Amino acid sequence: MTRFRRSCGLLVGVLAFVTAVSGCGGDTGSSQSSNASSSSGPVTLTWWHNANTDPGLSFWQSVADDFHKAHPNITVKVVPTQNEQLQTKIPVALQSSDPPDVYQQWGGGALATQVAAGKVLDITNDVKPWIGQLSTAVGNWQVNGKQYGIPYNLGVVGFWYNKDLFTKASISSPPATWDDFLADVGKLKAAGIVPISVGGQDRWPDAFYWDYLAVRMCSKSVIQQAAKTYNLSDQCWTQAGQKVQQLLDAKPFQPGYLATPAQVGAGSAAGLMGNGKAAMELQGQWDVGVMNSLTPNGQGLADKLGWFAFPSVSGGKGAQTAALGGGDGFSCSWKAPRQACVQFLQWMSSPDVQKRWTALNVGLPTNTAATGSVADVNLKNLITVRNKVPYVQLYLDIAFSTAVGQALDDATANQFAGTTTPQQVVKAITDAAANQ
Amino acid sequence: MRLVGSADRRRDAPGAGSAADRPDRRDIVRRRRLRNGIGTGLFVGPALLLYLVFVVGPLVYAAYFSLYHWSGLGAAIDFVGLHNYVLAFQDDLFRASILHNITIAALSILIQLPLGLGAALLLNRRFPGRTALRLVFFAPYVLSEAITAIIWLLMLQPDGLVDQALRGAGLGSLVHLWLADLKLVLYTMFVVITWKYIGFGIILFLAGLQGIPPEVLEAAQIDGATEIRSIWHVTIPLLGPTMRIWGFLSIIGSFQLFDLIWLTTLGGPAGSSSTMATYLIDHGFRRYQFGYGSAASVILFLVTLVIAVLYQFVLLRRDTEGAVTRMVA
Repeated sequence: MTRFRRSCGLLVGVLAFVTAVSGCGGDTGSSQSSNASSSSGPVTLTWWHNANTDPGLSFWQSVADDFHKAHPNITVKVVPTQNEQLQTKIPVALQSSDPPDVYQQWGGGALATQVAAGKVLDITNDVKPWIGQLSTAVGNWQVNGKQYGIPYNLGVVGFWYNKDLFTKASISSPPATWDDFLADVGKLKAAGIVPISVGGQDRWPDAFYWDYLAVRMCSKSVIQQAAKTYNLSDQCWTQAGQKVQQLLDAKPFQPGYLATPAQVGAGSAAGLMGNGKAAMELQGQWDVGVMNSLTPNGQGLADKLGWFAFPSVSGGKGAQTAALGGGDGFSCSWKAPRQACVQFLQWMSSPDVQKRWTALNVGLPTNTAATGSVADVNLKNLITVRNKVPYVQLYLDIAFSTAVGQALDDATANQFAGTTTPQQVVKAITDAAANQ
Repeated sequence: MRLVGSADRRRDAPGAGSAADRPDRRDIVRRRRLRNGIGTGLFVGPALLLYLVFVVGPLVYAAYFSLYHWSGLGAAIDFVGLHNYVLAFQDDLFRASILHNITIAALSILIQLPLGLGAALLLNRRFPGRTALRLVFFAPYVLSEAITAIIWLLMLQPDGLVDQALRGAGLGSLVHLWLADLKLVLYTMFVVITWKYIGFGIILFLAGLQGIPPEVLEAAQIDGATEIRSIWHVTIPLLGPTMRIWGFLSIIGSFQLFDLIWLTTLGGPAGSSSTMATYLIDHGFRRYQFGYGSAASVILFLVTLVIAVLYQFVLLRRDTEGAVTRMVA
């Protein structure tokens, strides 16, 4: 009896506390639900993006403010989050009853997973009137021909190189073919220069090599089919790994490259490149900004920096000039007020916003009207290449579902570490696909 | 309501009314008990609630999700039974991760214990600069794991501070690829872990040393024991309980090792420094395989639980039951 009574009192006490706590949190739910109601009244859009530092941070805030001025009944609540954190937050938030309305979207397999779970708005019909202004890049934000997101940035991966170091190694022009490339690696080594820096610790920079060689060895249809079926039985996939092995055997990377971070500190791959301690780095368009920030004067290599496309590979069945790339866009979540959300996406893709964003020199705009606004010499070079290539293949770790994409990164990193053969890379990817 | 009712029934019961004041006193006692209960509840409630929401809840959820094949999006409906557990044990990398945890735990006991004990015995003596030296040993423990990891990541880069210091001291031949060598990286990480946590062990041992009555040591001296003998036969046995508690915390810590490894090597290269915790984050969150990641986390939980319980029963029992020392045994 006593025990019962005491525990009864205990229960009352705990319950009192619970009621107090839940009382505090109770009203937030009801205020949120008004978001989802029709767009006639005032609406608040919650917007999650990854520009948590300037210039992007204040730029996106100004875009949200301008949009609110033009649409007084739509308020945009901006929530910037650091990139890697954002990537883990998004699936959790989409699963919750209170997801963001507009959120960063990288397309590919992760988008397909979100679509399959019914977490993304199909905006195909809403964007039809204006999507034509954007480059063909929008295809990477489609699933089964339906549009689920709008990109504002689409970059391509290629080799950044140090013109001075190339001259020092008596290389007159950047290599155009794989054989020339390997020969130049030899020349740089002979001249006592680290030919290539790579951020092996982060794994995805390793995968760029495998991805690009797959684009060269495999036809477009084989790759696109593989992104759906994960059937990698075509010999071209193993051949891509064999080409990677050929490069690894030439030992072109900086000492200890397996533990080098991609972009943290002056000893990182970007830091080595920016400080003139390596001659080349295979990276995306954002790398210039990273390199510059890791040099003492913030200027990086300035006009000593050059860019060349990934070399062609003789005997490859793929498009020899196609590019590997990817970008950033935004999607509307399942709970977003459709009309307001699409209006906001349109606003962000408009020539005006895209031109102003382009002026920040952080990426390559998707609205063709903003192409002329690219000021930076290197980015100008890149956007010309991007607009000329037969197609831009989304990074394979993004194009594949997250589980398979990460397995790809791990497998290529293992090959870089010498523990995995080209055949085993293909097997690791197909195994991951079978178990996903 | 029910309490009042039952009290009334009692009062009406035959034989209960022999003394008029008795039921009242009982009521007072009951009320006091109830009040005490409410008080206890209000004090325990917040902690209990937090424990339920943030420890027991996730635990139950993880066990539940571990039976499903689940990407984290949509409802978990693809029931696969124990398949995730089978997959985990079939994965070479997961098995290697368990082995890495065991290695770190064993090295902790074998190397950190003598090291920490020796430093504590030294720092327990009176000499000039003792406080400063204590501070030096303890400072790394106060640093956050993230800061420690970044500092060492930068220092251990090829031609970083560690290599330069070695070369400066004429030990250039000892320079290695500390983090990039697949066979070396785990031991490099163990050195970082030791640097980070040795201060905690020293503080524990110092506290234990303060608790040893000087009379015992005096008696040993009078009996003619040399200093080494009195350390070996008096001090160390009396430090037994402290060492066993330290060992417990150290082993549990070794199994839950995450932050330092993740921020320095991400478990690489090629998984050669991965632990169970980095493995489950890598496969759960990075690959969005939350069912599989949950299974790995449940395995980690069970392994840690079994070790903790065994340790409690086998080694800590005497201490928790209040034995002062093992000397007699």
